Amino acid sequence: MLTVLFVGPFLVYVAAFLILPTGMLLAEAFAGKHGFTLRYVHELGQGQTVVAFRNSIVLSAFSALVGLIFGGLAAYFTMRPGMPRGLRSLVTTFSAVAANFAGVPLAFAFIATLGSLGMITVWLKAAGIDLYGMGFSLYSLSGLVLVYAYFQIPLMIIVIAPALEALRREWREAAENLGASAWDYWRHVGLPILLPSLLSAYILLFGNAFSAYATPYALTSGIVSLVPVEISNVLSGNVMLSAQTGAALALGMIVVMVVVMGLYALIARRVSRWTRR
Amino acid sequence: MSAGREKAVGSKIGLGLIGLYFAVPLLATGAFSFWEGGSHYGPRAYIALVHQKQLWSSLGLSLRLAVETILVGFVILVPATFWMNLRVRGMRPVFDLISVLPFVVPPIALVAGMTALYTGPAWLVGTSNYLVIPYVILALPYTYRALDVGMRALDLRTLTEASQSLGAGWGTLIFRVVVPNLTTALIGAALLTIAIAMGEFTFANILLFNTFAVYINYVGQTSATEAAALTLLSFLITWLAMLGVLLTGRGQVQIGGAR
Repeated sequence: MLTVLFVGPFLVYVAAFLILPTGMLLAEAFAGKHGFTLRYVHELGQGQTVVAFRNSIVLSAFSALVGLIFGGLAAYFTMRPGMPRGLRSLVTTFSAVAANFAGVPLAFAFIATLGSLGMITVWLKAAGIDLYGMGFSLYSLSGLVLVYAYFQIPLMIIVIAPALEALRREWREAAENLGASAWDYWRHVGLPILLPSLLSAYILLFGNAFSAYATPYALTSGIVSLVPVEISNVLSGNVMLSAQTGAALALGMIVVMVVVMGLYALIARRVSRWTRR
Repeated sequence: MSAGREKAVGSKIGLGLIGLYFAVPLLATGAFSFWEGGSHYGPRAYIALVHQKQLWSSLGLSLRLAVETILVGFVILVPATFWMNLRVRGMRPVFDLISVLPFVVPPIALVAGMTALYTGPAWLVGTSNYLVIPYVILALPYTYRALDVGMRALDLRTLTEASQSLGAGWGTLIFRVVVPNLTTALIGAALLTIAIAMGEFTFANILLFNTFAVYINYVGQTSATEAAALTLLSFLITWLAMLGVLLTGRGQVQIGGAR
C-alpha cells in the first residue's frame, strides 16, 4: 500500500509522459486508415529521408571519432606526470561547462567565429586567406563536425578520465622492466585494457551527436538534412512529408538509440572488470 | 629525467593546441559582440539588448520553468527513490532502466510523441507550464542518480527505525530526517536542472514558447552581434551552474544540457 503511495506517482509520470508518447509514435507509424500498414515505414526508403539518415549517421560517426581522438589525447596529456598542479581540476571544470554548453548559443559562437562574416573568417581574408573561397563552409556537414567537437571532446574527457586513471603505474613499470618500449606498452598492454572503455565512449559520443537538434537547427536552418531537423519540419508543417512519416522517422531514431545504448550497456559491464579495485 | 621533461613539454603543447580550439570561439564571440560595423567597436549590442523587454521576459520564463522543474522532479523522485532504497530494493533494475530511457528517446522524438498524444486540455497544453512536464523527464536521469548516490551513502534503515521509535510519521521522516541529510545531492541536482532548463530549445521551439534559448535563436535571425552578446551571457550561466555542481558535488562531473 505504502509502495503505491511512494513509488506510484513516479511510475505513473514516466508512463504518461515518456512511455505512452513513445507508444503513440509506434501506433501512428503503423496505423493506416484500414488498420495495420507498413506504408509509412516504407516511405522512409524515399530519397529525402534516406539522405537525412545517412547525413545523421555520417555526422555522428565522424564527430564521435574526432571527440574520441582529441578528447582521449587531452585527457592523457592532462594526466602526464610533470603537468602543472591544478591543471586537472581546471580541465575537468572546463569540460563540464563545455559539454553542457551546446545548442543555440554554441551555434552562434561559431557563426561569430567562422561564419561567412565571422571574426576569424574576416581576419584571415584580410591576411589573404579566403576560407569560403577555398570551399570551407560552416553550414555544411564538415562544418557541423567542427562545431560538434566543441561538446564531443569535453564529453570524451569526462568519460575516459576514470579509465585512464585505472591504468596502473605498475603495469607500465613491469612492461618497461621486461624491455618494452612506450609503443610496445601501448600496443600490448595499455590499449587492449582501454579498448572496451574507448568503444563504449565512442558509442556514447555517437548517440550524443545523433540526437542533437538545437545546434544543427540554429546553425544550418535546415540546409543540411538531418533526421531531427526533418522531424521538426514535419511537426512545424513546412514540408511535404505526412505526420505519420514523421512518427516513423522518430521511431527510426529511437531504434538507432536503443541499439546504441544497448551496446553501451553491454560493453560498460565488461569495463567495470578493469576499473573495479 | 630529461626525457620525461621533454614529454611533458610535448603534452603541454598538445593540450595548448586543443585548448586553443576551445578558447578561440569564445574570444571571437566576445570580440564580435562589440563589433558595430566597419572598424568600429563599442557596446551598442549590449545597450540595445538591455532595453528589450523580450530578453527579460524570456529569461524570467526560463528561470521560472527551471524552478518548477526542480520542484516537480523532487516531489516525484525523492519519495520514490527513498522507498526503493528502503523497502523495495528489487525495483532497482526498473529504476535504473527508467533513468536511461530519456537518452534512448531523443527530445525531438519525445516532442513528436507528446504532440500526437496530448492535444488538450488547453489549460495544460496551452500554457508555458506545459514545458515543465518534458523538462522533468530530461532532468530525470541526473536527479535520480544524484538522489540515489546520496541515499545509498545514508543508513536509511537505522534512520527510519530511530525516527519511528521516537514517534515520527513518514512525513516527518522524509522532510526532517532524509531531506536534510541529502542537501548536497539535492543542490547538485537542482543546479544541473537549471543548466538543462535554461538551455533547452527543442521542446520550447516546437511547442512555440518564448524561452531564453528560443529568444537567442530569434535574435540571431536579425542581429548577429546581439546574438553573440547573448551567447556570452548563456555561457556565463552554464559556468555558474557547473561551478556550483562541482563545488557541491565534491568534484563529481555530470553531463546534461541541450544539444
